[in-house]
Amino acid sequence: MNSFGILSLITFLPLLGALVVAFLPRENPKVLRAAALLFGLANLGLSLLIVNAAGTMVFVERLHWIPAFGVCYGMAVDGISMPLVILSCLVVPIIIATTFHVGRGLKEYLVLLLIMETGMVGVFCATDIILFYVFFELTLVPLYFLIGMFGGVNRIYAAFKFFLFTAFGSLPMLVAILFLLYQHHQATGVWSASIEDLRALRLDAATQNWVFAGFALAFAIKVPLWPLHTWLPDAHVQAPTGGSIVLAAIMLKLGTYGFLRIAMPLAPQAAHSFATPVLVLAVISVIYGAYLAWAQDDLKKLVACSSVSHMGFVMLGLFALEPLAARGAMLQMLNHGVSTGALFLLVGCVYERRHKRGLDDFGGLVKVSPALGIALVITSLSSIGLPGLNGFVGELFILLGAFKTQPVFAILCASGVLLGAIYMLQMVRRVCYGTPNCEEAAHLSDMSVAEKFAFAPLVILMFWIGLAPGFLLERIGPAVDSILAALGNT
Amino acid sequence: MITVVDYYVVASILFAIGALGFLLRKNVLVMFMSVELMLNSANLVLVASAKSFDLARGSAFALVSVAVAAAEVGVGLAIIIALFRLKATVDAEEITNLRG
Amino acid sequence: MEENLLELIILIPFASVVVQYFLHRVLPARLAGLIACGAVLVPFLLTVVVGRGIGAAAPQVPAVTATIASWLTGGGLEVAFGLRLDPLSCAWTLVVTGIGFLIHVYSLGYMHHDPGFKRFFIYMNLFIGSMLALVLGDSLPLLFLGWEGVGLCSYLLIGFWFEDMNNARAGQKAFVVNRIGDLGFLLAMLMIFQTFGTLDIAAVTNGLSAGHAQGTFALGDARITLIALLLFVGACGKSAQLPLFVWLPDAMAGPTPVSALIHAATMVTAGIYMVARFSVFFALAPVASAVVAIVGALTAFVSATIALRQRDIKKVLAYSTCSQLGYMFLGLGVGAYGAAVFHVVTHAFFKALLFLGAGSVIHALSHEQNAMKMGGLKPHLPRTHWTFFVGCFALAGIFPFAGFFSKDKILGEALLGHGWLFPLVGVLGLITALMTAFYTFRLYRLVFTGPERLDAHAKKHLHESPATMTVPLVILALLSIGGGALSLPAFAHFDILGDYLRPIFAPALAVAGEAAHHAVNVEVALMLVSLAVVIGGAWWAWNRFARGPGDQLPLPQGGLPFLLENKWFVDEIYAIFVVGPMRGTALLAGFFDRYVIDGIVNGLARLCDLCGAVVRLLQNGAVHTYALLFIAGAVYLVCSLL
Repeated sequence: MNSFGILSLITFLPLLGALVVAFLPRENPKVLRAAALLFGLANLGLSLLIVNAAGTMVFVERLHWIPAFGVCYGMAVDGISMPLVILSCLVVPIIIATTFHVGRGLKEYLVLLLIMETGMVGVFCATDIILFYVFFELTLVPLYFLIGMFGGVNRIYAAFKFFLFTAFGSLPMLVAILFLLYQHHQATGVWSASIEDLRALRLDAATQNWVFAGFALAFAIKVPLWPLHTWLPDAHVQAPTGGSIVLAAIMLKLGTYGFLRIAMPLAPQAAHSFATPVLVLAVISVIYGAYLAWAQDDLKKLVACSSVSHMGFVMLGLFALEPLAARGAMLQMLNHGVSTGALFLLVGCVYERRHKRGLDDFGGLVKVSPALGIALVITSLSSIGLPGLNGFVGELFILLGAFKTQPVFAILCASGVLLGAIYMLQMVRRVCYGTPNCEEAAHLSDMSVAEKFAFAPLVILMFWIGLAPGFLLERIGPAVDSILAALGNT
Repeated sequence: MITVVDYYVVASILFAIGALGFLLRKNVLVMFMSVELMLNSANLVLVASAKSFDLARGSAFALVSVAVAAAEVGVGLAIIIALFRLKATVDAEEITNLRG
Repeated sequence: MEENLLELIILIPFASVVVQYFLHRVLPARLAGLIACGAVLVPFLLTVVVGRGIGAAAPQVPAVTATIASWLTGGGLEVAFGLRLDPLSCAWTLVVTGIGFLIHVYSLGYMHHDPGFKRFFIYMNLFIGSMLALVLGDSLPLLFLGWEGVGLCSYLLIGFWFEDMNNARAGQKAFVVNRIGDLGFLLAMLMIFQTFGTLDIAAVTNGLSAGHAQGTFALGDARITLIALLLFVGACGKSAQLPLFVWLPDAMAGPTPVSALIHAATMVTAGIYMVARFSVFFALAPVASAVVAIVGALTAFVSATIALRQRDIKKVLAYSTCSQLGYMFLGLGVGAYGAAVFHVVTHAFFKALLFLGAGSVIHALSHEQNAMKMGGLKPHLPRTHWTFFVGCFALAGIFPFAGFFSKDKILGEALLGHGWLFPLVGVLGLITALMTAFYTFRLYRLVFTGPERLDAHAKKHLHESPATMTVPLVILALLSIGGGALSLPAFAHFDILGDYLRPIFAPALAVAGEAAHHAVNVEVALMLVSLAVVIGGAWWAWNRFARGPGDQLPLPQGGLPFLLENKWFVDEIYAIFVVGPMRGTALLAGFFDRYVIDGIVNGLARLCDLCGAVVRLLQNGAVHTYALLFIAGAVYLVCSLL
């Protein structure tokens, strides 16, 4: 099915927006913000047009790019990419709406954010592996600058660490990609970089292992899997609110999406043989991340460590290689994006008011600023998987599926549910309950209208996914089933 | 009779003077002139060879080289003047700003 | 028609929550409270209407079912928001909404002056909704949703006065301890799905019965035993059994109506509900049943011993609740499912009554809870006094009050059971009954008779509670008096509740074998024995505490009283052996992350730095060095080419 290029439009409209914002006068922050918001919302509206993508690739676009090596500009979406694209398009306007704390450099902030959106949407739409790689790397640059320019005290260290880690993973991936292109040429005599074509390759087991390892390193760093996770807390803590939200909501998903879309289908046998080691790391991530979160006294760091734990859960869902678990993994990717994104948004709101992030710098938040406190409580509950909210659905699917194929890992990960309740609730208790710990903490303003509007879609999503996940499951299901079918699991 | 070899000899001497000048002198301006000297020795070889082999291409090379050299002199002198303004010296040993 | 009414039963409380939340600015407090009460009363009436059409009244209709919407679908999973009202869930729904309504009305008075009045009723309605989802849900995930939902409400309501960090801490403790149990439940759910391929409760239990009939699952099947034990772990958390009972006494930090509704009458019986619901599993797993009976008996015994020396009026009742829940599990463990459910019902009557009575006392004394500082309240609080008195009789289990019949049914089946285990737990139950009577009347004596020991603050507003509070007390007192009539002893041939529930437990009893019918004189003799024990205990306490606390307990000073005073040091044991190591692991993880993993990362970076430092020596900024190296290189190249 050919289309009028809607995916390209969704991908590059933000870039156009960035260009427009770049040429607006920096003296007037309102105009800058309004323009960026306009582009963000327009893009969100456009992205809703693809909402019915399900089992097969639709809205296909294909143009020659580097014909000598069969590289194409190929875009399409299915039930796996669709929700991630929409989530990316949703997150950006939310961030733009809450940029009131950015003083100087608002223009750069907005420009970087919009460029970032182009990269994120592009990654999820690309059907050509070189194009995927280009977008994958494109996301890196704006975020590097967002952290490095707008971050906290240690921003340079954090930005550098983030960049080096990711670049370190990207290079083996590039090698793996080029190797695959070469293999395809050897096997068929035709150059092609289309993921579909590369999937048709029948590589022997040893080769697959190398290819998988090359991809896995890049994606495992992005996820991040233990022990490659230490860039994440630093990046999160130092990043500005918007950077943290993008990082948590979308960037980490590039890793798990990469596994599902690229690494596993391109090296199906290796996906099986690597399942156990990957699952071991995933379980360690779940439990270790939870304990790590418990040890933190800094709100942002706590949320960042909880991300490690939650993403380990997603990896369990993916590598259980089971239809239920894969559905759960996809849902959990979205859930983590929504819940953790919301948590970072709220932590950002709190930080702006107090310029502190310690768990013990507040107290009685529910009383002092009720809306903010209630929002924090609801989001925490969603994060620990309370039934009725989004987290539970994903966790249940993952566990039900994983228990069939990998019972030991499933049981171990289930204990992460318990730990999640501990660290989240003690955070809620120390921040939201009790009495304000100091004079400043007793006089925090409540959520502004803009903040409420930014938060509202996220909380709606929490309830919607929690109570009526059918809409998403209908679309995700066929897509993951087709990938699993190709892996030899149905 | 002056043969092409003589030109080569002269050019070599010029080049040696330039190279030694560059290595031994401390004044940036003089060093710069030494560089020009080396460049021109190369030009001399080009022109002489062109003449002896009767190839116009060599002369063309030399012309391009002269043009580039002219541009380079402009930029180079500008840098030296800026440096002098900045450091009030033209001693190359004192100018080590690009130390790693 | 029934389907729609069934849907309404559960939708009304939730709708009420939504309405109250979004209109909390405009709704007057009074109206909000009335809406909240109505949202519990209407489901009660609807349940009566729908429930009349099933079970013993209409044997051809085993249950009414309804599906509100689909929920989790795909990948071989098919779970909807489906409701199923059968006799068992009907019994629970009636208790939850009936007692719940009375407590809502009571709260109108009790919470009258509280600034969080509206918030309170939102939480209470949310609790009722979740509890209904728990008992009406037709699938395990929906049961789990209600299960966690009531846990959430319990958490929110325990920490209702969250300005005091201790209350918030108690709420957190309740949630976390419950989560330990929930983990067991979750794992049981995973195993059930793997074994039966479905999460529909009726399909699972029917599947197990059918599987047993076909020989797939033998008696004592390891897999079924494991599932039953995991389910019981969940039940232990929710119903405060050993070793997970520690949260319940702390939960008394919440407002007293909460203690009555959630931590006495309804939520804590969810574990009983679950075990009763999955009774076939337990019937097929004698080991699991034995564990249930032993844990129940031990909890009953241990909590009763702790209750003997508590000073806080609510704490006595809290430990008493643990103890009575232990009775119910004892009953379930020995196969007396019907008796256990009967005890749930009567316990809901008299324990709600006692808690509300205690609340009335606390309300009158301006939030004084220490029974040592009460005494002589009989003339000041006449209605509270006589209703509480009735509650004491019922709790102690004295004929003909409600508690007597239900407790005696359980003890009878245990003591007359086969083997050595059942009589053993029965004897433990009998000793517990003695202690129960003792601490109950000790509490009564300390609070209502003897000299007044009130301090000035408590005395200031001493008054009988308003009608909104006393009318529910009177109704509950009447239920506590007459509730035993629901299920009279076997020889009376009058057993409404038992007949109504019979189809539910028939499969389990078919597996385990129907309990033997005993001769009338044996049963009567047993009743007389237990009655004598109970009256003895009550009489002892009655005399002992006639003039105030006096010398506390008639126990020698020394180890045992010390142990009881400190609640067997269970909290301390947890702190040292569970919380401490886990917290230590967390700190260790933090340390490891910072110094080992990040140490390696930064070490690698420093290594690169070091290499750079060596190489940078070459780049000294002096043009001459570069030129020399360059020329040397050029000369080398030329030479090597020549």
